[in-house]
Amino acid sequence: MTTTQVSGTVATRRQVLVGIGAAGIAAATMSVFAPLARAEFESIDEALKATLGSAVPAEGRIELDVPQIAENGNVVPIGFDIDSPMTADDYVKSAHVFADGNPNPDVASVHFTPACGAAICATRMRLAKTQNIIVIAEMSDGSFYTAKTEVKVTIGGCGG
Amino acid sequence: MAKVKPRVKVPKKVSKGEIIEIKTLISHAMESGQRKDKKTGELIPRKIINKFTAKFEDEVVFASDWHPAISANPYMSFHFRAEKSGAFNFEWMDDDGTVYAKKAKLKVSG
Repeated sequence: MTTTQVSGTVATRRQVLVGIGAAGIAAATMSVFAPLARAEFESIDEALKATLGSAVPAEGRIELDVPQIAENGNVVPIGFDIDSPMTADDYVKSAHVFADGNPNPDVASVHFTPACGAAICATRMRLAKTQNIIVIAEMSDGSFYTAKTEVKVTIGGCGG
Repeated sequence: MAKVKPRVKVPKKVSKGEIIEIKTLISHAMESGQRKDKKTGELIPRKIINKFTAKFEDEVVFASDWHPAISANPYMSFHFRAEKSGAFNFEWMDDDGTVYAKKAKLKVSG
């Protein structure tokens, strides 16, 4: 798997050494020194291992709402509602969304607090092709839940 | 580069204890780093909003880490239990270090 943003950064470093001009160096500098939140995972297996460790997620509690067929892979709506009282003692800490057929599986991680009142979130994502969307919910008591749904994509939305 | 504009929607008539939906949107290309410049054939470097946080009265109530798979002009909605009136502060962090911010007031009755 080579089409990741890491190899993009390496390629632009090489371009800087060759010397392609001020604009090129500026663009390369941005990508080399940009404060990225975390480098993306290379594969869904790596992503799940890093998220779960040795924990086995249970099924249930997550209502995952994605279209069966996405006409435009550039803008695919996703919503989820995780069953939880959202009290200080019992709430959803985080929900991690992965797309197992994209160049990198990471979509977003969402961090709730009891102040949310409900572990509900909606956003829009890019899907390169037909694939599974996997949500991992991390509870305040350390337990994990998971949900998985396939989205069929007619026009992929990752490349230009 | 097009101007980056954040927008938020906070419900107007809110009762104490009500769980409300907060909608947020920011105009941003979310350049994934996967696209090639059509003229030069080179990869356009990644430049996305990688973090969104929502604070209520200076305390983080909701946050999200975004990756290149989040669509351009990113939309995100979340929920909030309204207990008292106060001020929201929303922030979007760009890969390049820029922070876009937007404030909104919450009026809670009862």
